[in-house]
Amino acid sequence: MNVKSALTFLMMFAAPAWSQGFAGLGEDAEGFAIPQPEPSFSFPQDHGAHPDYRIEWWYLTANLTGDDGAEYGVQWTLFRSALRPDTAPAVWDGAQIFMGHAGLTTADTHFSAERFGRGSTGQAGVSAQPFAAWIDDWQMTSTATGAQDALSALDLRARGDAFSYDLALSATGPLVFHGQAGYSVKSADGQASYYYSQPFYEVEGVLSLPQGGVSVSGSAWLDREWSSQPLSPDQTGWDWVSLQFDSGDRLMGFALRSETGPVFTSATWIDPEGISTSYPDGALTLSPLETSQVAGREVPTRWRIELPARGLIIETTALNPNSWMETSFEYWEGPIRATGSHTGRGYLEMTGYD
Amino acid sequence: MTSAALSALLGHWRKHPGQALALILGLAMATALWSGVQAINSEARASYDRAANVMGQNQIARLASHDGQPIALADFVTLRRAGYLVSPVIEGRIGNGPSAFRVVGIDPLTAPLEALPTPITDGRIAFGDLATSDGLLLMSPETATRVTTEGLPQIREIDEIANGIAITDIATAAELLGQENPSYLLVRSDQPQGLPPITDQSLLRYLEPELTSDISRLTDSFHLNLTAFGLLAFVVGLFIVHATIGLAFEQRRATFRTLRAIGLPLNRLVALLAGEMILVALLAGGMGIIIGYLIAAALLPSVAGSLRGLYGAQVSGELAFDPVWALSAMAIALLGAGFASAQALNRVRLMPILAPAQPRAWAMASARAQTIQTGLALVLFGLSAGLAIFGSSLITGFACLAALLIGAALALPVVGGAVLSGLGHLARSAMAQWALADTRQQLPGLSLALMALLLALAANIGVSTMVGSFRATFTGWLDQRLAAELYVNARNETEAALVLGFLEDHADAVLPYASADTRLGGLPAEIYGYSNNDIYRDNWPFLDALPNAWESVESGEAVLINEQLARRQGFSLGDELRLSAGWSLPISGIYSDYGNPSGQAIIGLDSFKARYPDVPILRFAVRVEGDSATALAAALSEATGLPPENAINQVEVKQLSLRIFEQTFLVTGALNVLTLGVAGFAMLTSMLTLTSMRLMQLAPVWALGQTRATLAWFELARIIGLAFFTFVLALPTGLGLAWILLSIVNVEAFGWKLPMLVFPMEWLRLLGLAVLAALISAAWPALRLSRTPPNSLLKLFTNER
Repeated sequence: MNVKSALTFLMMFAAPAWSQGFAGLGEDAEGFAIPQPEPSFSFPQDHGAHPDYRIEWWYLTANLTGDDGAEYGVQWTLFRSALRPDTAPAVWDGAQIFMGHAGLTTADTHFSAERFGRGSTGQAGVSAQPFAAWIDDWQMTSTATGAQDALSALDLRARGDAFSYDLALSATGPLVFHGQAGYSVKSADGQASYYYSQPFYEVEGVLSLPQGGVSVSGSAWLDREWSSQPLSPDQTGWDWVSLQFDSGDRLMGFALRSETGPVFTSATWIDPEGISTSYPDGALTLSPLETSQVAGREVPTRWRIELPARGLIIETTALNPNSWMETSFEYWEGPIRATGSHTGRGYLEMTGYD
Repeated sequence: MTSAALSALLGHWRKHPGQALALILGLAMATALWSGVQAINSEARASYDRAANVMGQNQIARLASHDGQPIALADFVTLRRAGYLVSPVIEGRIGNGPSAFRVVGIDPLTAPLEALPTPITDGRIAFGDLATSDGLLLMSPETATRVTTEGLPQIREIDEIANGIAITDIATAAELLGQENPSYLLVRSDQPQGLPPITDQSLLRYLEPELTSDISRLTDSFHLNLTAFGLLAFVVGLFIVHATIGLAFEQRRATFRTLRAIGLPLNRLVALLAGEMILVALLAGGMGIIIGYLIAAALLPSVAGSLRGLYGAQVSGELAFDPVWALSAMAIALLGAGFASAQALNRVRLMPILAPAQPRAWAMASARAQTIQTGLALVLFGLSAGLAIFGSSLITGFACLAALLIGAALALPVVGGAVLSGLGHLARSAMAQWALADTRQQLPGLSLALMALLLALAANIGVSTMVGSFRATFTGWLDQRLAAELYVNARNETEAALVLGFLEDHADAVLPYASADTRLGGLPAEIYGYSNNDIYRDNWPFLDALPNAWESVESGEAVLINEQLARRQGFSLGDELRLSAGWSLPISGIYSDYGNPSGQAIIGLDSFKARYPDVPILRFAVRVEGDSATALAAALSEATGLPPENAINQVEVKQLSLRIFEQTFLVTGALNVLTLGVAGFAMLTSMLTLTSMRLMQLAPVWALGQTRATLAWFELARIIGLAFFTFVLALPTGLGLAWILLSIVNVEAFGWKLPMLVFPMEWLRLLGLAVLAALISAAWPALRLSRTPPNSLLKLFTNER
């Protein structure tokens, strides 16, 4: 019995996943709130949790370089999942479940770790003022002062069986809103989520690996997203990429794969000052170039990404093709390097490859 | 040819249905007792496996509060936020009496894999199902039928869950039990890297996995006991089979000779005989399985009750039919039949075709065989003595027992022969000399039956001595240990204060006491704080004590320990016992503590309060006039709201304890009686076997003028004499058995030693039973002898046999 199968019962959603989109994210929203177009956000409150929406996350990925010159990738994610819309006051109530994923990738090894906790006991949670997101001893805590946005300075920590990290992040640019002012459409049927990012972090910190500690520095990207039915039932997974180019521009792009219909893509181009432009379905194309055998699956690890509107034609390669997250929901997440019309580093996430 | 031969062979059974019956019944009973015991043992083992597999908590370390109360939720969160992988459990009882069950609420999000029941780990039950707003209770079908409480969440029946337990999500348990704080935390064995060891934190007490001990280890001795009995019964039963087969062989010698002479090949004859034996074995095995199942089903509730009372082990009271068990019982029957008939088959193979029947030769043992047997008996006695001195485990204890028993059994014919020839020198009259010589000649043929009787008698004496010693000692010990009339247990400190206030006005003396779990000498133990009083000074069951032991304990200058702790760690009076870091006290007394598997130490209550300030004092021993104890308990309940079951009358406690032990010995008593019955049957069949052959020896005596009636009386007298002799041998064997049980087996299994008491009246009763069994077994053959027509006696002189 492996850990993965043993924990599959923890599928937040009791129904079989495959008929409800990847990880059941295509399940009906029954009773939960649904994102509406033309949202207006107020911070710091919206940096916190939105319990009336079913699923939410605080998702940070970082491209780092060690003082030994080696390249590293770090991931810190806190997922919030609600089983029911009502919030009962009981201490042990299982309605709000938090799941933490942490990853650390080197050229030869990929580490992953997972934690679960109930929000009602205080073992895991998110507070908006002062901003802190935590599960067990994993933390994303705001160190911003004065009138600065809460997410502009963060302290980030996580620990797994064989690794841990402690990083300090500071933002050099503003928040970026995807889709239409933060209303990000995911399919032709109109499923959407609220989605914004902070893509301008500079990072300093320490990684702790089996072979010893490493001082690192680099850049990071935080995604904030929440919704109740982000996928339509036929969508099987997605490929998502975030890139920080050497020119100072940034790109967020995703392609949602469907059983029945064509791929639905979306992209956001961010210039060095933080002005963003959203591109609708079809503007961005992601084409797999080469697959690797990862965890018994065929997963594309080399991609061609094209955004003609910006003259972007690049090829991305993974630092470590075996960046498989061995967690209850399994997916590929790892650092990539871009070459072609633009060069730079970023992160790639691929879900739904079975 | 074959069919004719077969009908010739089977015709013998038609002519002697009694023999056929004896053969089948003998094998059936042997199989029944053996397989019955095996069924009980395997049912128990399956229950332990379920308990261990489902909960897995015996292998997981725990964190508990220092005072035994639930852990503060904040402590759990603190530990998690420090990075430790701990998982909360809320546990408690619901319901009363037989419909009560234990609710165990786990947190599947954080629980270690070993603690999750199989239906959750293999995905049959999703977290969403378990954590619905109404909740879900997972329990075994047997528990589900017992539950009578109203208003419970939905119940889902899962076979793999141990009886008496309902597993649920921690939120459901919290609501059902009205308890928000975790009862304890499970600690995963592999904590994340880079943290200080979890045993370093002082927030909570760390309990190692061995503290929640493996239940099957505790109950091993009980099951070994049962197995030993089953084996004994099986061996005795095999004696019967051997005797009957031997007789059948002798009586059919003429048939074999005829068949061989008319051309039946030897191999086919042997094959037919073997096939006949297999058929018998199958038939007897089948009967044995049915009888064994019935015996096990009848005894299992008592066994389950004993195990629950003694060890807290949850064993199913219902017997499940296991095909593997049935197959193994059949295999045993076949093996036993094969073993018992091997000798006879071999002789058929080697028999010259025209050899005359020589029943006497069969019945007589050669001198060489006697020497071998003597040697073997001596070796076994030596082995037994060696194991008694040097052995140190439960297995060697039982091996010592077995060696003693088998040695005694082997020695029986040899000693018997020696005694008889000794007596022969003393005999004066011709009849007496003849009788003694004749008995000596008869001894080898009867020896198997007598050995069976010896074993059964010795086992009876041994076990009844042990039970009797236990009962007598235990009752006396309870009187000493539970010297106060009433024992009160408050639920919290407020209630304790109320209770104390009430009792101080209405009772003669109120003696608070408290306990805490700790480790003494590296092993889990309990430490008690007692306030001194006359009843302790006068009554405490000390095995060994310094003068003024209690006074020195009260003043905080000494400590008392129980026998288990003293024995296991090798402590004696005056030794320093290290109670915790930097605190040691000299031992001023060692007391007996029957029934407690772990070590225990007693210090003065004031010292206890100083060392364990967090432990609330909730328990009181109350002294009051004997017959007003019940009235006081009722008044206390009314005045303070204390639940009635929290004030226990000492009489009730004694009755409960005794009832548990009685139930245990009921089982062994039943097996005792059954074994004795089998031995009696063995004797009967042996007598029947020999009677027909004895005519050759009796005919000349009859011809010399003794009446048949006289000869019949001699037969009876002979058998009574032999039974008496067997008893005389059985007595020291049985007492040796009892000594081994009390001093070695019991000590290994439990850690405490009972004094051995003897019960001569019991011996007389058993002697009477043995003689009675002998008489019954000899009555019919003697009667037949006295009725034998003179014609058949005369014929012996003319015919060859």
